[in-house]
Amino acid sequence: MIAIVNYGVGNLFSLSSSFAAIGRDVLVTSNPDDLQRAERIILPGVGAFEDAARKLFSSGLAEPLLEEVRRGKPLLGICLGMQLLFTKSYEFGEHDGLNLIPGSVRAISEVIPEGLKIPQMGWNSLHLAKAGGVFANSREGDYVYFVHSYSAHCEDKYITATTNYGSGLTAAVQSGNVYGVQFHPEKSGAVGLGILRAFCEVSE
Amino acid sequence: MITKRIIPCLDVRDGRVVKGVNFSNLNDVNSPVELAKFYSDNGADELVFYDITASSDGRKIFTEILRETARNVFIPLTVGGGISSVADFERVLSCGADKVIVNTGAIRNPGLIPEAARLYGSQCVVISADVKRVGGGFHVFARGGRDDTGIEAVGWIRRCVESGAGEVVLNSIDTDGVKKGFDLEMLRAVCEVVNVPVIASGGAGSIEDFITLFHSVPKVDAGLAASIFHFGEVAIADLKARMSEENIPVRL
Repeated sequence: MIAIVNYGVGNLFSLSSSFAAIGRDVLVTSNPDDLQRAERIILPGVGAFEDAARKLFSSGLAEPLLEEVRRGKPLLGICLGMQLLFTKSYEFGEHDGLNLIPGSVRAISEVIPEGLKIPQMGWNSLHLAKAGGVFANSREGDYVYFVHSYSAHCEDKYITATTNYGSGLTAAVQSGNVYGVQFHPEKSGAVGLGILRAFCEVSE
Repeated sequence: MITKRIIPCLDVRDGRVVKGVNFSNLNDVNSPVELAKFYSDNGADELVFYDITASSDGRKIFTEILRETARNVFIPLTVGGGISSVADFERVLSCGADKVIVNTGAIRNPGLIPEAARLYGSQCVVISADVKRVGGGFHVFARGGRDDTGIEAVGWIRRCVESGAGEVVLNSIDTDGVKKGFDLEMLRAVCEVVNVPVIASGGAGSIEDFITLFHSVPKVDAGLAASIFHFGEVAIADLKARMSEENIPVRL
Protein backbone atom coordinates (compact mmCIF):
# COMPACT_ATOMS: atom_id res chain seq x y z
CA MET A 1 0.00 0.00 0.00
CA ILE A 2 1.09 3.53 -0.84
CA ALA A 3 0.32 6.14 1.80
CA ILE A 4 -0.36 9.72 0.74
CA VAL A 5 0.32 11.93 3.75
CA ASN A 6 -2.70 14.12 4.42
CA TYR A 7 -1.62 17.01 6.62
CA GLY A 8 -4.34 19.40 5.49
CA VAL A 9 -2.56 20.87 2.50
CA GLY A 10 -3.85 20.58 -1.02
CA ASN A 11 -6.28 18.45 -2.82
CA LEU A 12 -5.36 14.81 -3.02
CA PHE A 13 -8.14 13.50 -5.26
CA SER A 14 -6.11 13.56 -8.49
CA LEU A 15 -3.03 12.16 -6.83
CA SER A 16 -4.85 9.19 -5.32
CA SER A 17 -6.73 8.66 -8.62
CA SER A 18 -3.45 8.48 -10.52
CA PHE A 19 -2.17 5.65 -8.31
CA ALA A 20 -5.48 3.86 -8.71
CA ALA A 21 -5.09 4.28 -12.49
CA ILE A 22 -1.77 2.42 -12.44
CA GLY A 23 -3.29 -0.33 -10.34
CA ARG A 24 -1.75 0.54 -7.00
CA ASP A 25 -3.43 0.28 -3.65
CA VAL A 26 -3.40 3.79 -2.22
CA LEU A 27 -4.53 5.37 1.04
CA VAL A 28 -4.85 9.06 1.84
CA THR A 29 -4.13 9.18 5.54
CA SER A 30 -3.26 11.27 8.54
CA ASN A 31 -2.76 8.25 10.76
CA PRO A 32 0.89 7.53 11.73
CA ASP A 33 0.14 3.78 11.90
CA ASP A 34 -0.67 3.84 8.19
CA LEU A 35 2.74 5.32 7.43
CA GLN A 36 4.25 2.39 9.27
CA ARG A 37 2.12 -0.13 7.36
CA ALA A 38 2.76 1.48 3.97
CA GLU A 39 5.38 0.19 1.54
CA ARG A 40 5.96 3.67 0.19
CA ILE A 41 5.02 7.18 1.19
CA ILE A 42 4.01 10.22 -0.82
CA LEU A 43 4.41 13.73 0.61
CA PRO A 44 2.20 16.07 -1.44
CA GLY A 45 1.76 19.81 -1.07
CA VAL A 46 0.60 22.99 -2.71
CA GLY A 47 0.54 26.57 -1.50
CA ALA A 48 2.97 28.42 0.74
CA PHE A 49 5.97 26.74 2.40
CA GLU A 50 5.53 28.30 5.83
CA ASP A 51 1.91 27.28 6.14
CA ALA A 52 2.59 23.75 4.87
CA ALA A 53 5.63 23.24 7.13
CA ARG A 54 3.68 24.46 10.16
CA LYS A 55 0.81 22.08 9.38
CA LEU A 56 3.16 19.16 8.77
CA PHE A 57 5.14 19.69 11.99
CA SER A 58 2.01 20.25 14.08
CA SER A 59 0.17 17.28 12.54
CA GLY A 60 2.20 14.76 14.49
CA LEU A 61 3.07 13.11 11.17
CA ALA A 62 6.55 14.57 10.63
CA GLU A 63 8.28 12.37 13.24
CA PRO A 64 6.68 9.06 12.14
CA LEU A 65 7.44 10.04 8.53
CA LEU A 66 11.11 10.68 9.33
CA GLU A 67 11.27 7.42 11.28
CA GLU A 68 9.98 5.41 8.28
CA VAL A 69 12.48 7.17 6.01
CA ARG A 70 15.32 6.32 8.41
CA ARG A 71 14.24 2.68 8.14
CA GLY A 72 14.74 2.90 4.38
CA LYS A 73 11.14 3.26 3.18
CA PRO A 74 10.92 5.09 -0.18
CA LEU A 75 9.49 8.60 0.08
CA LEU A 76 8.42 10.81 -2.82
CA GLY A 77 7.84 14.52 -2.25
CA ILE A 78 5.76 16.23 -4.94
CA CYS A 79 5.86 19.96 -5.71
CA LEU A 80 5.77 21.75 -2.34
CA GLY A 81 6.19 18.27 -0.83
CA MET A 82 9.58 18.10 -2.56
CA GLN A 83 10.54 21.54 -1.28
CA LEU A 84 9.74 20.39 2.27
CA LEU A 85 12.47 17.73 1.96
CA PHE A 86 15.15 20.44 2.09
CA THR A 87 16.87 22.15 4.99
CA LYS A 88 15.35 25.59 4.58
CA SER A 89 13.08 27.72 2.46
CA TYR A 90 13.40 31.45 1.90
CA GLU A 91 9.79 31.91 0.85
CA PHE A 92 8.60 34.99 2.77
CA GLY A 93 11.27 34.76 5.49
CA GLU A 94 13.30 31.75 6.51
CA HIS A 95 11.61 28.48 7.43
CA ASP A 96 12.85 25.02 8.37
CA GLY A 97 12.03 22.00 6.26
CA LEU A 98 12.51 18.29 7.00
CA ASN A 99 16.26 18.47 6.23
CA LEU A 100 16.26 15.10 4.48
CA ILE A 101 18.32 16.64 1.67
CA PRO A 102 20.81 19.43 2.40
CA GLY A 103 19.81 22.51 0.45
CA SER A 104 17.49 25.47 0.27
CA VAL A 105 14.40 26.63 -1.58
CA ARG A 106 14.54 30.07 -3.20
CA ALA A 107 12.44 32.25 -5.50
CA ILE A 108 12.92 31.44 -9.17
CA SER A 109 12.94 35.22 -9.76
CA GLU A 110 16.49 35.18 -8.30
CA VAL A 111 17.79 32.98 -11.10
CA ILE A 112 15.62 33.38 -14.21
CA PRO A 113 15.90 36.32 -16.63
CA GLU A 114 13.54 39.24 -16.19
CA GLY A 115 10.36 39.23 -18.27
CA LEU A 116 9.56 35.55 -17.83
CA LYS A 117 6.23 34.91 -16.18
CA ILE A 118 6.05 33.79 -12.57
CA PRO A 119 4.98 31.16 -11.63
CA GLN A 120 6.37 28.89 -14.27
CA MET A 121 3.04 27.35 -15.27
CA GLY A 122 2.79 24.74 -17.99
CA TRP A 123 4.58 21.88 -19.71
CA ASN A 124 8.36 21.91 -19.83
CA SER A 125 10.89 19.25 -20.79
CA LEU A 126 13.12 17.26 -18.46
CA HIS A 127 16.86 17.07 -18.78
CA LEU A 128 17.75 13.82 -17.01
CA ALA A 129 20.94 14.12 -15.00
CA LYS A 130 20.64 10.58 -13.64
CA ALA A 131 18.76 7.70 -15.23
CA GLY A 132 16.85 5.09 -13.25
CA GLY A 133 15.00 5.74 -10.00
CA VAL A 134 11.73 7.53 -10.70
CA PHE A 135 12.91 8.06 -14.27
CA ALA A 136 13.27 4.36 -15.10
CA ASN A 137 10.38 4.75 -17.59
CA SER A 138 11.32 8.25 -18.80
CA ARG A 139 13.26 9.58 -21.75
CA GLU A 140 15.40 12.67 -22.14
CA GLY A 141 13.17 15.58 -23.18
CA ASP A 142 9.92 14.16 -21.80
CA TYR A 143 7.40 16.88 -20.96
CA VAL A 144 5.91 17.29 -17.50
CA TYR A 145 3.58 19.86 -15.93
CA PHE A 146 5.03 22.52 -13.63
CA VAL A 147 3.41 25.14 -11.40
CA HIS A 148 5.93 26.85 -9.13
CA SER A 149 7.48 30.15 -8.12
CA TYR A 150 10.25 28.65 -5.95
CA SER A 151 12.88 26.04 -6.70
CA ALA A 152 15.45 23.95 -4.84
CA HIS A 153 19.17 24.64 -4.68
CA CYS A 154 21.46 21.82 -3.61
CA GLU A 155 24.62 19.96 -4.54
CA ASP A 156 24.61 18.46 -8.03
CA LYS A 157 24.91 14.95 -6.63
CA TYR A 158 21.29 15.14 -5.43
CA ILE A 159 19.85 16.48 -8.70
CA THR A 160 18.34 13.81 -10.96
CA ALA A 161 16.65 16.15 -13.47
CA THR A 162 16.57 19.81 -14.40
CA THR A 163 14.33 21.91 -16.61
CA ASN A 164 15.11 25.04 -18.57
CA TYR A 165 13.02 28.12 -17.81
CA GLY A 166 15.38 30.82 -19.00
CA SER A 167 17.84 29.18 -16.64
CA GLY A 168 18.28 25.63 -15.36
CA LEU A 169 15.92 24.84 -12.48
CA THR A 170 15.91 21.75 -10.26
CA ALA A 171 13.15 19.45 -11.48
CA ALA A 172 13.89 16.30 -9.46
CA VAL A 173 16.16 15.17 -6.63
CA GLN A 174 17.17 12.00 -4.86
CA SER A 175 19.15 11.14 -1.78
CA GLY A 176 19.07 7.40 -1.06
CA ASN A 177 15.45 6.39 -0.53
CA VAL A 178 14.24 10.00 -0.56
CA TYR A 179 12.91 11.25 -3.91
CA GLY A 180 11.41 14.56 -4.92
CA VAL A 181 9.86 16.04 -8.04
CA GLN A 182 9.06 19.73 -8.49
CA PHE A 183 6.50 19.05 -11.22
CA HIS A 184 3.14 17.28 -10.93
CA PRO A 185 3.41 13.68 -12.17
CA GLU A 186 -0.31 13.20 -11.48
CA LYS A 187 -1.00 15.96 -14.05
CA SER A 188 1.66 14.99 -16.59
CA GLY A 189 -0.29 12.47 -18.64
CA ALA A 190 1.27 9.13 -19.57
CA VAL A 191 4.79 10.39 -18.79
CA GLY A 192 3.70 11.32 -15.27
CA LEU A 193 2.00 7.98 -14.65
CA GLY A 194 5.24 6.32 -15.82
CA ILE A 195 7.15 8.27 -13.19
CA LEU A 196 4.72 7.23 -10.44
CA ARG A 197 4.95 3.62 -11.65
CA ALA A 198 8.73 3.81 -11.47
CA PHE A 199 8.56 5.13 -7.91
CA CYS A 200 6.34 2.17 -7.03
CA GLU A 201 9.14 -0.10 -8.23
CA VAL A 202 12.24 1.49 -6.68
CA SER A 203 13.72 -0.96 -4.18
CA GLU A 204 13.64 -0.17 -0.51
CA MET B 1 11.65 25.51 -22.76
CA ILE B 2 8.10 26.00 -21.61
CA THR B 3 5.59 25.18 -24.33
CA LYS B 4 2.53 26.95 -25.68
CA ARG B 5 -0.58 25.14 -24.49
CA ILE B 6 -3.50 23.95 -26.59
CA ILE B 7 -6.69 23.77 -24.57
CA PRO B 8 -10.03 22.34 -25.68
CA CYS B 9 -12.97 23.85 -23.84
CA LEU B 10 -15.95 21.68 -22.96
CA ASP B 11 -19.16 23.56 -22.21
CA VAL B 12 -21.26 21.17 -20.15
CA ARG B 13 -25.01 21.33 -19.64
CA ASP B 14 -27.16 18.55 -18.20
CA GLY B 15 -24.23 16.16 -18.41
CA ARG B 16 -23.49 16.79 -22.09
CA VAL B 17 -20.92 18.84 -23.98
CA VAL B 18 -22.39 21.73 -25.92
CA LYS B 19 -20.88 24.58 -27.89
CA GLY B 20 -22.43 27.94 -28.47
CA VAL B 21 -21.91 30.03 -31.57
CA ASN B 22 -21.91 33.61 -30.32
CA PHE B 23 -23.25 32.07 -27.10
CA SER B 24 -26.43 30.67 -28.59
CA ASN B 25 -27.55 27.87 -30.96
CA LEU B 26 -26.18 25.12 -28.75
CA ASN B 27 -25.44 21.77 -30.33
CA ASP B 28 -24.93 18.59 -28.38
CA VAL B 29 -21.55 17.07 -29.13
CA ASN B 30 -20.53 14.21 -26.88
CA SER B 31 -20.04 12.76 -23.44
CA PRO B 32 -17.73 15.03 -21.41
CA VAL B 33 -15.77 12.19 -19.81
CA GLU B 34 -15.22 10.42 -23.14
CA LEU B 35 -14.30 13.63 -24.89
CA ALA B 36 -11.88 14.60 -22.11
CA LYS B 37 -10.18 11.20 -22.35
CA PHE B 38 -10.00 11.50 -26.11
CA TYR B 39 -8.38 14.93 -25.93
CA SER B 40 -5.94 13.90 -23.23
CA ASP B 41 -4.86 10.89 -25.32
CA ASN B 42 -4.51 13.04 -28.42
CA GLY B 43 -2.27 15.82 -27.21
CA ALA B 44 -4.40 18.37 -25.33
CA ASP B 45 -2.22 20.16 -22.76
CA GLU B 46 -5.06 21.02 -20.43
CA LEU B 47 -8.85 20.92 -20.39
CA VAL B 48 -11.38 23.56 -19.50
CA PHE B 49 -14.76 22.38 -18.24
CA TYR B 50 -17.39 25.08 -18.23
CA ASP B 51 -20.59 24.42 -16.31
CA ILE B 52 -23.42 26.23 -18.11
CA THR B 53 -26.15 24.59 -16.05
CA ALA B 54 -28.63 26.81 -14.31
CA SER B 55 -30.35 24.33 -12.00
CA SER B 56 -28.99 22.79 -8.81
CA ASP B 57 -29.75 19.30 -10.18
CA GLY B 58 -27.61 20.10 -13.20
CA ARG B 59 -24.87 21.30 -10.89
CA LYS B 60 -24.85 17.95 -9.10
CA ILE B 61 -24.55 16.13 -12.41
CA PHE B 62 -21.68 18.44 -13.38
CA THR B 63 -19.83 17.74 -10.15
CA GLU B 64 -20.22 14.01 -10.69
CA ILE B 65 -18.91 14.32 -14.26
CA LEU B 66 -15.95 16.31 -13.00
CA ARG B 67 -15.10 13.63 -10.47
CA GLU B 68 -15.37 10.89 -13.09
CA THR B 69 -13.13 12.89 -15.44
CA ALA B 70 -10.47 13.48 -12.78
CA ARG B 71 -10.44 9.74 -12.08
CA ASN B 72 -9.55 9.03 -15.69
CA VAL B 73 -7.72 12.02 -17.10
CA PHE B 74 -4.28 13.08 -15.84
CA ILE B 75 -3.68 16.49 -17.33
CA PRO B 76 -4.57 19.83 -15.71
CA LEU B 77 -8.27 20.41 -15.37
CA THR B 78 -9.61 23.94 -15.17
CA VAL B 79 -13.22 24.44 -14.16
CA GLY B 80 -15.54 27.40 -14.48
CA GLY B 81 -19.17 28.38 -14.63
CA GLY B 82 -21.26 29.53 -11.70
CA ILE B 83 -18.29 30.19 -9.42
CA SER B 84 -19.44 32.93 -7.09
CA SER B 85 -18.05 31.99 -3.68
CA VAL B 86 -15.22 30.22 -1.91
CA ALA B 87 -17.68 27.37 -1.32
CA ASP B 88 -17.90 26.96 -5.11
CA PHE B 89 -14.10 26.77 -5.27
CA GLU B 90 -14.14 24.09 -2.60
CA ARG B 91 -16.87 22.14 -4.41
CA VAL B 92 -14.95 21.83 -7.69
CA LEU B 93 -11.46 21.52 -6.19
CA SER B 94 -12.57 18.59 -4.08
CA CYS B 95 -13.71 16.84 -7.28
CA GLY B 96 -10.32 17.07 -8.90
CA ALA B 97 -10.18 20.52 -10.51
CA ASP B 98 -6.71 22.10 -10.48
CA LYS B 99 -7.68 25.64 -11.36
CA VAL B 100 -10.92 27.54 -11.02
CA ILE B 101 -12.24 30.16 -13.42
CA VAL B 102 -14.14 33.14 -12.07
CA ASN B 103 -16.03 35.40 -14.42
CA THR B 104 -19.29 37.07 -13.43
CA GLY B 105 -18.60 36.06 -9.82
CA ALA B 106 -15.60 38.41 -9.72
CA ILE B 107 -17.69 41.28 -11.07
CA ARG B 108 -20.42 40.77 -8.48
CA ASN B 109 -18.03 40.14 -5.59
CA PRO B 110 -14.65 41.93 -5.82
CA GLY B 111 -13.48 40.12 -2.67
CA LEU B 112 -13.71 36.67 -4.26
CA ILE B 113 -10.36 36.68 -6.08
CA PRO B 114 -8.23 37.85 -3.13
CA GLU B 115 -9.99 35.47 -0.75
CA ALA B 116 -9.62 32.48 -3.06
CA ALA B 117 -5.98 33.35 -3.77
CA ARG B 118 -5.24 33.49 -0.07
CA LEU B 119 -6.90 30.11 0.55
CA TYR B 120 -5.77 28.17 -2.52
CA GLY B 121 -2.91 30.18 -4.02
CA SER B 122 -2.88 32.46 -7.05
CA GLN B 123 -1.96 29.57 -9.34
CA CYS B 124 -5.44 28.19 -8.69
CA VAL B 125 -7.40 31.36 -9.51
CA VAL B 126 -8.13 32.15 -13.15
CA ILE B 127 -9.92 35.34 -14.19
CA SER B 128 -11.96 34.89 -17.33
CA ALA B 129 -13.31 37.99 -19.02
CA ASP B 130 -15.83 38.14 -21.86
CA VAL B 131 -14.84 41.32 -23.67
CA LYS B 132 -16.44 43.26 -26.51
CA ARG B 133 -15.67 46.52 -28.27
CA VAL B 134 -18.07 49.27 -27.26
CA GLY B 135 -17.63 52.82 -28.52
CA GLY B 136 -13.94 52.47 -29.29
CA GLY B 137 -13.06 50.80 -25.98
CA PHE B 138 -13.14 47.28 -24.55
CA HIS B 139 -15.96 46.48 -22.13
CA VAL B 140 -16.36 43.52 -19.76
CA PHE B 141 -19.62 41.66 -20.28
CA ALA B 142 -21.33 39.59 -17.60
CA ARG B 143 -23.66 36.57 -17.59
CA GLY B 144 -22.09 34.65 -20.47
CA GLY B 145 -21.67 37.72 -22.65
CA ARG B 146 -25.24 39.03 -22.27
CA ASP B 147 -24.83 42.16 -20.10
CA ASP B 148 -22.54 45.13 -20.75
CA THR B 149 -21.14 46.05 -17.34
CA GLY B 150 -19.60 49.25 -18.69
CA ILE B 151 -16.32 48.26 -17.01
CA GLU B 152 -13.19 49.04 -19.04
CA ALA B 153 -11.71 45.60 -19.67
CA VAL B 154 -7.93 46.02 -19.71
CA GLY B 155 -7.81 47.89 -16.40
CA TRP B 156 -10.29 45.43 -14.91
CA ILE B 157 -8.15 42.43 -15.85
CA ARG B 158 -5.00 44.13 -14.51
CA ARG B 159 -6.76 44.80 -11.19
CA CYS B 160 -7.94 41.17 -10.99
CA VAL B 161 -4.34 39.99 -11.44
CA GLU B 162 -3.07 42.47 -8.85
CA SER B 163 -5.66 41.20 -6.39
CA GLY B 164 -4.59 37.56 -6.81
CA ALA B 165 -5.62 35.97 -10.12
CA GLY B 166 -2.75 33.85 -11.44
CA GLU B 167 -3.93 33.39 -15.02
CA VAL B 168 -6.19 35.15 -17.52
CA VAL B 169 -8.64 33.72 -20.05
CA LEU B 170 -9.47 36.48 -22.51
CA ASN B 171 -12.56 35.69 -24.54
CA SER B 172 -13.35 38.12 -27.31
CA ILE B 173 -17.09 38.25 -27.93
CA ASP B 174 -16.34 40.06 -31.21
CA THR B 175 -14.44 37.09 -32.64
CA ASP B 176 -16.13 34.22 -30.76
CA GLY B 177 -17.86 31.76 -33.07
CA VAL B 178 -16.82 33.73 -36.18
CA LYS B 179 -13.86 31.41 -36.90
CA LYS B 180 -11.74 34.06 -38.57
CA GLY B 181 -8.93 34.14 -36.04
CA PHE B 182 -8.21 35.26 -32.49
CA ASP B 183 -8.60 38.88 -31.44
CA LEU B 184 -4.94 39.84 -31.66
CA GLU B 185 -5.49 43.51 -30.87
CA MET B 186 -7.40 42.77 -27.68
CA LEU B 187 -4.85 40.11 -26.62
CA ARG B 188 -1.93 42.50 -27.15
CA ALA B 189 -3.62 45.12 -25.00
CA VAL B 190 -4.05 42.65 -22.12
CA CYS B 191 -0.59 41.04 -22.44
CA GLU B 192 0.94 44.52 -22.11
CA VAL B 193 -0.41 44.96 -18.59
CA VAL B 194 -0.15 41.54 -16.89
CA ASN B 195 2.76 39.20 -16.15
CA VAL B 196 0.75 36.01 -15.60
CA PRO B 197 -0.18 33.45 -18.26
CA VAL B 198 -2.78 34.62 -20.78
CA ILE B 199 -5.06 32.16 -22.59
CA ALA B 200 -6.54 33.36 -25.88
CA SER B 201 -10.15 32.38 -26.50
CA GLY B 202 -12.67 33.11 -29.22
CA GLY B 203 -12.23 33.01 -32.96
CA ALA B 204 -10.10 29.99 -33.82
CA GLY B 205 -11.24 28.59 -37.16
CA SER B 206 -8.15 26.86 -38.48
CA ILE B 207 -4.65 25.69 -37.64
CA GLU B 208 -3.24 28.86 -39.19
CA ASP B 209 -5.19 30.99 -36.71
CA PHE B 210 -3.15 29.45 -33.88
CA ILE B 211 0.12 29.95 -35.80
CA THR B 212 -0.77 33.62 -36.34
CA LEU B 213 -1.71 33.96 -32.68
CA PHE B 214 1.58 32.64 -31.29
CA HIS B 215 3.73 34.48 -33.85
CA SER B 216 1.89 37.81 -33.54
CA VAL B 217 1.41 37.91 -29.78
CA PRO B 218 4.40 36.04 -28.32
CA LYS B 219 3.30 36.76 -24.76
CA VAL B 220 0.18 34.63 -25.17
CA ASP B 221 0.70 31.29 -23.41
CA ALA B 222 -2.17 29.20 -24.68
CA GLY B 223 -4.93 28.95 -27.25
CA LEU B 224 -8.38 27.74 -26.28
CA ALA B 225 -11.10 26.53 -28.63
CA ALA B 226 -14.16 24.31 -28.59
CA SER B 227 -16.16 23.57 -31.73
CA ILE B 228 -13.24 23.23 -34.16
CA PHE B 229 -11.90 20.46 -31.93
CA HIS B 230 -15.28 18.89 -31.09
CA PHE B 231 -16.35 18.70 -34.74
CA GLY B 232 -12.98 17.38 -35.87
CA GLU B 233 -12.23 20.40 -38.06
CA VAL B 234 -8.83 20.67 -36.40
CA ALA B 235 -7.02 17.65 -34.93
CA ILE B 236 -4.75 18.66 -32.06
CA ALA B 237 -1.96 16.39 -33.35
CA ASP B 238 -1.97 18.19 -36.73
CA LEU B 239 -2.07 21.58 -35.05
CA LYS B 240 0.90 20.73 -32.83
CA ALA B 241 2.92 19.27 -35.72
CA ARG B 242 2.37 22.52 -37.61
CA MET B 243 3.37 24.59 -34.53
CA SER B 244 6.56 22.57 -34.29
CA GLU B 245 7.36 23.25 -37.98
CA GLU B 246 6.92 26.93 -37.21
CA ASN B 247 9.37 26.68 -34.28
CA ILE B 248 6.67 27.44 -31.75
CA PRO B 249 7.59 25.54 -28.57
CA VAL B 250 5.08 22.73 -28.21
CA ARG B 251 4.70 19.45 -26.34
CA LEU B 252 4.61 16.64 -28.89
